[in-house]
Amino acid sequence: MTEKKPRVGLFVTCLVDLFRPSVGFAAVTLIERAGCTVEVPEAQTCCGQPAYNSGARQHTKDIARQVIALFEPFDYVVAPSGSCGGMIKAHYPDLFADEPAWHKRAENLAAKTHELISFLVDVRGMKSVDAHFDGAVTYHDSCSGLRELKVHDQPRQLLASVTGLALKELPGAHICCGFGGTFCIKYPEISTRMVSDKTADISATGAGTVLAGDLGCLMNMAGRLSREGRPIKARHVAEVLAGMGDRPAIGEPSVSGSPQQRRGAVAPAKSR
Amino acid sequence: MPGLTSENFRANSVKALANPQLQRALDNIRRDFVDFRGRAVGELPEYDELKRQAIALKDHTLENLDFYLDAFANNVEASGGYVHWCQTAGEAREAIVAICKKRGAKTMAKGKSMVGEEIGLNAYLEAAGLVPIETDLGEYIIQMRGETPSHITAPAIHLTKEDVADLFAERHKRPRKTEIPALIAEAREMLRPRYHEADIGLTGANFLIAETGSSMIITNEGNGDLSQVLPHTHIVLASIDKIVPTIEDALTAARILARTSSGQEFTVYNTFSTGARRPGDLDGPEEFHVVLLDNGRSALMGTKQQAMLRCIRCAACLNHCPVYKSVGGHAYGAVYTGPMGAVLTPTMVGLDKAGPLPNASTFCGRCESVCPMGIPLPALMRDWREREFERAEAPATLRKGINAWAYLAKRPVLYALATRFAAVALKLLGGRSGRLASLPLGGGWTATRDFPAPEGATFRAQWRCARGLG
Repeated sequence: MTEKKPRVGLFVTCLVDLFRPSVGFAAVTLIERAGCTVEVPEAQTCCGQPAYNSGARQHTKDIARQVIALFEPFDYVVAPSGSCGGMIKAHYPDLFADEPAWHKRAENLAAKTHELISFLVDVRGMKSVDAHFDGAVTYHDSCSGLRELKVHDQPRQLLASVTGLALKELPGAHICCGFGGTFCIKYPEISTRMVSDKTADISATGAGTVLAGDLGCLMNMAGRLSREGRPIKARHVAEVLAGMGDRPAIGEPSVSGSPQQRRGAVAPAKSR
Repeated sequence: MPGLTSENFRANSVKALANPQLQRALDNIRRDFVDFRGRAVGELPEYDELKRQAIALKDHTLENLDFYLDAFANNVEASGGYVHWCQTAGEAREAIVAICKKRGAKTMAKGKSMVGEEIGLNAYLEAAGLVPIETDLGEYIIQMRGETPSHITAPAIHLTKEDVADLFAERHKRPRKTEIPALIAEAREMLRPRYHEADIGLTGANFLIAETGSSMIITNEGNGDLSQVLPHTHIVLASIDKIVPTIEDALTAARILARTSSGQEFTVYNTFSTGARRPGDLDGPEEFHVVLLDNGRSALMGTKQQAMLRCIRCAACLNHCPVYKSVGGHAYGAVYTGPMGAVLTPTMVGLDKAGPLPNASTFCGRCESVCPMGIPLPALMRDWREREFERAEAPATLRKGINAWAYLAKRPVLYALATRFAAVALKLLGGRSGRLASLPLGGGWTATRDFPAPEGATFRAQWRCARGLG
């Protein structure tokens, strides 16, 4: 076995970096189990989506150039987010339609960029995970992952292999939760209505935990669930797949020790 | 456009969200449109191929728009009709009133026409002493209520059957009926004599067919047919993007329109009108006019927005939009609503007035995924946002926020410092609960949602420690 392991550059995403490092560590665990080495380029900030969707095209291009230059040396770029992965994969090439040299670089990067779960299943052929989770969960399909990157079956396939976990399908799982980046600030009342429809649907499944692949949606749903007093936890799907589903959920009080220190407590798992 | 309040979209939407009657009515959309469309499209194995053909034929027509418009006009004239070329809404209104005046007309039976709404026709006709009679059931209802359509194919979708029962009992002065078939029958009975009174019949067009000079209308009530056949003059009011080359092309588009719009295999009435009554014809109008409207459409040619001219007004994007479903059509304060309206309205009334509409989307992409003409609606909304940002027309707080954030995002060292600080500060603010109940500058979020606090140090800070880099 002298074959060199693929080098993966982890695009942490700005939300995971700031709010939920556990997702980053879960991603590292899963990518390593899929037979890759993981590096985290230090100079990364954000994919530029907030600027892009606000119409600030010049800012977006400046940020995209930074991301392209930083990540193009890797064999793969993986993001624990369909939204940020979709930005790089589906939108970066369009941004440079009139700059041939950068367009080529953007296309090359897009071709090797993947959302985490689809990377594990579609690229690395992962069929199951060695993880345990007690209880019923439901799964929300975040919009960009679902529609731009066709992430739908992959998380369900891996979740089916988690022992102790029962997946209850969420009616309207494909309908937006109302986060929408700056949308939730520009139109908070409509956003609230949308997320309230979502939390009602989540609650009706009877599941104790809602999972999704994007932290923006998860923070929105978690924030509404807790304000409504619903005893339902929200987690990134990668946390459960990496066997980190016993840690405090999003918006729950943290226990002492960093996620990295606690990660050592997770039983080492076989790869693939 | 009449009654335009797009500037007030947010205030309008707050009112709409607080209106329980409206919210009950909007709940019907899921069953009546989303489920039906899903089934009808699912049952058609060649849907994707049909969609590909429909897009190709529209793109081809738009690339050769001048040729097909000319051919259409020549064929209308060859069959004894008249074509009125109108650049603006005002020109179209005047052309229609001139036709009416020339015939000494008093009443007009109207089939459903969104272009009629676009040019504010009814108010103009009334000011000119004419009486417009809406014959489409939904339009008939909202005309009585003095409202504009809240949806492009179902103008009265903002009402429940109970609302209609109350309205009919009051206006028709008949015993209140509650079942839908009885309400429809009553409306038909009231409307039937009005067709005979009408001097002029005006319809829109779903398609204008270049090779024959025909207009095609698609309805489920047959009201359009009566409107165009019984009066002595038939006026077709249509915009230039309705042109298709041949009858086969119109049918290709009509097949896909029925399935994505109402979830039917095909609509009940599909009617072609070609010219005036010929000697020996049993019926038909003595005069046939086509009022062809541009109203800003030709200016979209050659721009990113050209794709919008492929739209066949099926309303699938409205029906599947979670924003539209939350607030309904009137909140948009525009003739065209939902995602397609958010894209079209700035063209017609200016971005300064319509700016809130292309911003009223989470870019969830559901509209594009159901659009039978493959119109990239989120990208077209983003195009408007880019123009807004470039022209400094975007709200100042948003611009400042994005500029400040982008300044940091382009300076990785500074960004790392700022986020390390923010992570710790927000965690402290969250205290033991792990969440924030209120957030400076984040009132829109925290009024109705808690804000999950960060876990602690940033991922990259922890990673440095873990990998022995720090």
